[in-house]
Amino acid sequence: MKIAVLQFPGSNCDLDAFHLFATGLGLPTRFVWHKETRLGEADLVVVPGGFSYGDYLRCGAIARFSPVMGAVRDHAEKGGVILGICNGFQILCEAGLLPGALIRNSSLEFRCVTCDLAVEDAGPAFNTRSLGRRIRLPIAHGEGNYRIDAAGRESLETNHQVLLRYVDNPNGSQGSIAGVRNEEGNVFGMMPHPDRAFERFHPSRDGIAVARAVLSLRFPEILKMSA
Amino acid sequence: MKIKVFVTPKKNVLDPQGVAVGHALESLGLKGLKGTRVGKVVELEVDAGDSPRLRAQLDKLCRDLLSNPVIEDYQYEIAGE
Repeated sequence: MKIAVLQFPGSNCDLDAFHLFATGLGLPTRFVWHKETRLGEADLVVVPGGFSYGDYLRCGAIARFSPVMGAVRDHAEKGGVILGICNGFQILCEAGLLPGALIRNSSLEFRCVTCDLAVEDAGPAFNTRSLGRRIRLPIAHGEGNYRIDAAGRESLETNHQVLLRYVDNPNGSQGSIAGVRNEEGNVFGMMPHPDRAFERFHPSRDGIAVARAVLSLRFPEILKMSA
Repeated sequence: MKIKVFVTPKKNVLDPQGVAVGHALESLGLKGLKGTRVGKVVELEVDAGDSPRLRAQLDKLCRDLLSNPVIEDYQYEIAGE
């Protein structure tokens, strides 16, 4: 089970994501710089949080054209698993690998708080069996307000593509949506930070369960491993 | 040749920034305000003449990079030398 964590100029949760998989789960994890055109061997590609390219133009709009994104797209098309966290989620939406878009929080405030999240039954990996009904994860973003047109929203709900919903909507997201997957079920994106929720000093340790749930798509045995 | 690209939030997409700016305009005494949308302008200077090919390329660049069609509309103006 090999993990690749992308690094863009302005990524700032790359080390957190690395640490979640390398230390939290003890898996072989390495960084892939955005200028690379190949990912190497990777069972999971993590697009981490931060402010890639200073959030210029729109969050994720420029990172989407980084050389590595060609390889990420190929990985997705071959059924490879991808997890985008926060800015990583924004990048995947900009790249069209996930539906919808993220705009300014309705409060216009940067929200940095630990959220209660309702887990949705979103396919074989991400569901209440692998995660329980409720988890708690921190958020830290100014642009996490999830938007999608009516037809898109309907197809998200019909296909069970919503991963998580905020119990107390912090940013104005439609349907309180905190995370989604693509239709095929191998690309996951969320605004909350599992990478900031696994150490004893973190506000929760539910990040481990989220990482495992995503990995369980290809490696179901991971759900049986002890913490 | 100078090109001005205007990017605005789609009509049916919530614009939190526009709402906040609208409130400020009202508090400064603007009466009868019916809507405020905040977008952006991107100015390009290109060493090329206007042509259908350039416009096709511009449309693609506007769709792919300068705007996000999920939430934004764009239009552009081309001015001479």
